[in-house]
Amino acid sequence: MLQFSFWDILSNLLIATQWTIVLSLIAFVCGGIVGLALLFMRTSRIPALEWFTKVYIEFFQGTPLLMQLFLFFFGIALFGFEVSPWTAATLALTFWTSAFLTEVWRGCVESIPKGQWEASSSLALSYIEQMRYVILPQASRIAVAPTVGFSVQVIKGTALASIIGFVELTKAGTMLNNATFRPFLVYSLVALIYFCLCFPLSWWAKKIEGRLNVAR
Amino acid sequence: MSLVSIRDVRKSFGANEVLKGVSLDIAKGDVVAIIGRSGSGKSTLLRCINGLETYQSGSIIADGIEVGGASTNLRELRRHVGMVFQQFNLFPHLTAAENVMLAPTVVNKVSKAEARATAAEVLAKVGLSEKMDAYPSELSGGQQQRVAIARSLAMRPKVLLCDEITSALDPELVNEVLRVVEQLAREGMTLILVTHEMRFARDVGTKLVFMHHGKVHEEGVPKEVFAAPRTPELQQFVGQVG
Repeated sequence: MLQFSFWDILSNLLIATQWTIVLSLIAFVCGGIVGLALLFMRTSRIPALEWFTKVYIEFFQGTPLLMQLFLFFFGIALFGFEVSPWTAATLALTFWTSAFLTEVWRGCVESIPKGQWEASSSLALSYIEQMRYVILPQASRIAVAPTVGFSVQVIKGTALASIIGFVELTKAGTMLNNATFRPFLVYSLVALIYFCLCFPLSWWAKKIEGRLNVAR
Repeated sequence: MSLVSIRDVRKSFGANEVLKGVSLDIAKGDVVAIIGRSGSGKSTLLRCINGLETYQSGSIIADGIEVGGASTNLRELRRHVGMVFQQFNLFPHLTAAENVMLAPTVVNKVSKAEARATAAEVLAKVGLSEKMDAYPSELSGGQQQRVAIARSLAMRPKVLLCDEITSALDPELVNEVLRVVEQLAREGMTLILVTHEMRFARDVGTKLVFMHHGKVHEEGVPKEVFAAPRTPELQQFVGQVG
């Protein structure tokens, strides 16, 4: 039988970690883009758009991410489309991330004083122009810390993609455990790697938050 | 023809009617001072003129544009009707010059260079040539308010609405702002001011409007109205604040 040394286990986990990172980055970037579009809709004061985003956000925040993964993986297949675990994971994580980021960012937009909207309205700026030139430059400064903080949730969320067969860190851990029967060692290493990915981010988020508080 | 024509405007916030049929005509070059107790509807009236507030009935026509209709082109209206606020509302992430340049470049699509030249001109007019590259947080309240005035002037408005623009200032900073407004009045700018500065209203205004309980209670030439208020409410008001 094939023997796995400690280094075999670690190197295999690290290879799989690359996919956790790639999936996290894609989910975060795509989720950010979709989230920004939703943010414009959510704060547009156009009832139909606001209503749509509210329902969207309630759905993705109010149901488990695992169920969303299943819906994308098995649900789309019902319509006759072949869905790879990769596609399903990307879609589900993107939509899930966008829902949370929209809410985080909406809070930041709403913390900008009403006078900024009124002054820019009075200067004949349109809604998109107000957001682009007046509101978002100020809101984004406040948004950096909670956004970086949320990226930690995205990294941990990618672990669920293992269940639909996407080979990332958690899935690799499960496979190595099946082959080695050393669950404590394998899962300790998995947890340690997640921690090494997440801790710098949450540390950075705290640091930015502190810096903003000093600036006020 | 009047530049701003207000006809029987009524406005409620919920069950509370704040404007109870206000009519007012403002001609080009008028300097209208609106005075009255807090809650009398003065600020609300001013905010209706550029569409920051909606109203339920009546009509407001500003520079030929009917304000408040479903199809009102608010953008076109606001290009010609400027507004200055009590709390300045400068954009804190932009320098004084950038604050002034924003609307001309974004709304009127003027080139950066041209907008900067305009900014230099209007900031000089309010006496802040040296502060072009200062951020709002580096300016005093009076200086911030003068930048806010310059920001409106850069759009070359036909009417400038001023909503208690000295009320948030320390007393020693009030005059530097009033001097700028007075100079604008002398140059023929049409101004509508909600103000608590009675002396300024009397000396600079061409028309005085006293609002009471959501109505125009008394109006006329400032010096005459102040010298001989006809209604007991204005007599009492002038006695308290003057």
